[in-house]
Amino acid sequence: MTALPRRSLLAAGLFLGLTGIALAQAPAAPAGERFITVASTTSTQDSGLFNHILPLFKAKTGIEVRVISQGTGQALDTGRRGDADVVFVHARAQELKFVEEGFSTERRPVMYNDFVLIGPKSDPAGVAGSKDIVAALKKIQEKAAPFVSRGDKSGTHAAELNLWKVAGIDIAAQKGSWYREIGQGMGAALNTSGAMGAYVLSDRATWISFKNRGDLVISVEGDQRLFNQYGVMSVNPAKHPHVKVADGKRFADWLTSPEGQKAIADYKIDGQQLFFPNAGQAGA
Amino acid sequence: MDVGAIFQAAFALVVGLDPGFLGIVFLSLRVTLTAVLIAALIGLPLGAALALARFPGRAAIIVCLNALMGLPPVVAGLAVFLLLSRSGPLGPLGLLFTPTAMIIAQVILVLPIVIALTRQVIEDLWSEYRDHLRSVGLDGLRAIPTLLFDGRFALATALLAGFGRASAEVGAVLIVGGNIAGYTRTMTTAITLETSKGDLPLALGLGLVLLSLTLMINAIAFGASRIGARYAG
Amino acid sequence: MLSVSSILPLTVEAAAFFGDGKLLVAPNSFVIPAGGLTVLLGPNGAGKSLTLRLCHGLLTPSRGTVRWAAGAEARAKGQRKGHAMVFQKPIMLRRSVEANITHALAAAGSNGAERKTRVTQALQRFGLGERAGQPARLLSGGEQQRLAIARAWALRPELLFLDEPTSQLDPAATRQIEELLSGLVAEGITVMMSTHDLGQARRLADRVLFLHRGRLVEDALAKDFFAGPHSAEARAFLAGELLW
Repeated sequence: MTALPRRSLLAAGLFLGLTGIALAQAPAAPAGERFITVASTTSTQDSGLFNHILPLFKAKTGIEVRVISQGTGQALDTGRRGDADVVFVHARAQELKFVEEGFSTERRPVMYNDFVLIGPKSDPAGVAGSKDIVAALKKIQEKAAPFVSRGDKSGTHAAELNLWKVAGIDIAAQKGSWYREIGQGMGAALNTSGAMGAYVLSDRATWISFKNRGDLVISVEGDQRLFNQYGVMSVNPAKHPHVKVADGKRFADWLTSPEGQKAIADYKIDGQQLFFPNAGQAGA
Repeated sequence: MDVGAIFQAAFALVVGLDPGFLGIVFLSLRVTLTAVLIAALIGLPLGAALALARFPGRAAIIVCLNALMGLPPVVAGLAVFLLLSRSGPLGPLGLLFTPTAMIIAQVILVLPIVIALTRQVIEDLWSEYRDHLRSVGLDGLRAIPTLLFDGRFALATALLAGFGRASAEVGAVLIVGGNIAGYTRTMTTAITLETSKGDLPLALGLGLVLLSLTLMINAIAFGASRIGARYAG
Repeated sequence: MLSVSSILPLTVEAAAFFGDGKLLVAPNSFVIPAGGLTVLLGPNGAGKSLTLRLCHGLLTPSRGTVRWAAGAEARAKGQRKGHAMVFQKPIMLRRSVEANITHALAAAGSNGAERKTRVTQALQRFGLGERAGQPARLLSGGEQQRLAIARAWALRPELLFLDEPTSQLDPAATRQIEELLSGLVAEGITVMMSTHDLGQARRLADRVLFLHRGRLVEDALAKDFFAGPHSAEARAFLAGELLW
């Protein structure tokens, strides 16, 4: 064998290998040994709520919360597969189904915000200023005004589909080229609406913290039917024995405790409160 | 959009030395460099062996590798995701949504590039060196160390290509890492996040920083290999 | 030169070589004893290069045998094979002059202090001392071929094969290499080289093997060959008539 090149290759390989091991061992962040994984929605993440409340929770309990932000449907699936300890989403019917399937033993309401219909200033459907979301959707459909749908099985998407149903429109059958499903998160949907001059249903929290508004404004708000409830569920260890039951429950407990509820209420952008705590409220 | 705002955002990120931002940069480099390193340790010898060995099915393997160079990152990510999910075959390892998962996904993306380019480089070098190496008794696989060493500058380019693919990639790390703040958030997933938050100047600013880092690493590697190549002729 | 441990004579018996179903080297037989410089002469495509490769072991004869004397077996158990080869276009590793020699010695199994001594000797013997640290591939063509010979010499071959070693060099460099080769023969190294250059063959050869279309046409002492070749092909070649 060629002693010289082999020796130098060996040395180089060894050096690189050791560097690699050192790099791989180095912690990315001062990650506490205690952590839980929470599957949540894009709205809680993109609005900045987690950046506000998670440090408070960590300071109190020493538990780091790792948040995967996905659409509600995807987040529930992450919980179903056992890849998260806690699911924190907003689609009541889907959440109750999750509990019914046995993936969680309990769903607890945490807070709500509301949806708003966002649209271009030019208001092609003539719905601006209305408080009736159902009438507004009917008009949009009649005039075939551009409308962006999340189309990603998220809580917002579920809420939107439900509103079409309430408006008596079978959107699956009646959608035309004006109805655009993008299959992405809230922020992406807002970016797309801005670029296309389209209407879009958004949660208020994401809207308030959204920075690339361009010509977009709130067209419809204040309708009771735009209510958006968030619930928290810890994953059932009977389904996935490895989940961190105690720490997960601790997080859910804290969110619904007076302290957690206050933290949620305290989160404001430009003086506007984004989420309204309502833990323990019957029927929420 | 205001171009000034983009540069301002990029500038503020770099000058501010925000620990969160530095963590993201460090994690990005750590994940990508580790992935490239592992891919090199596996891919260089394997690519060289593929260049020298003759066996049935070799052509098919080469074609497959060339095709895999174009594997969509999302597909690689999805495959690793299903593998590492708690409900998947490797679930008990608990690796999903960790930097290790991101490294695994990126190794899968980088490895075909390293193997395919190494094979090309070593095959060319072997056709030049063959007579002499066989004459001094280095035949077949015994020639690999010499060929890898003498092909080091061309091989550095192969590794850079792998580095480029890994560092620019977002689909796979987003799926298997989960974009967890402070834990699995990299430059590219942070850009995706800021884009979805509508903070386009910050997103582009991050992009600018990523570009500068990539540029810097490429410049260093290029300079080093140029000086080295001049020395080695 | 002949001793119990010698690998010479080299005996080639009816060694033929086919490529793509065509006969490229006819079943030729010849013997290379120790000492002197044998030139493989012939026009392009005569099979000179292939014959050298068959002898050196880079190619395996399709038929017939290439056999070394008893010493080869003893050597095979050690590491050195006792013969080395220099190619038409010098093959320079992408390393320094010194490292090129070191690498060949390492590959052949030489180790430690012995290797170091031999590298130093080779650099001195071939006037490459000042070039030791320079990249081999940046040397001139003549210097590269000189290094290739130094590298082969460092392996202490009994028999050195050279394939058209000067065909890519200018006249001055050619003359230098020829002087080197005469020196090697004087040192006791047996040399077997191919050339299509008649002048070079006249200057260097002790013995000529004349090849034509893969067939060994004449095997004669150089002075006899140039004085009066027996075959029509050799006469035509000496007369400068194009042959292939």
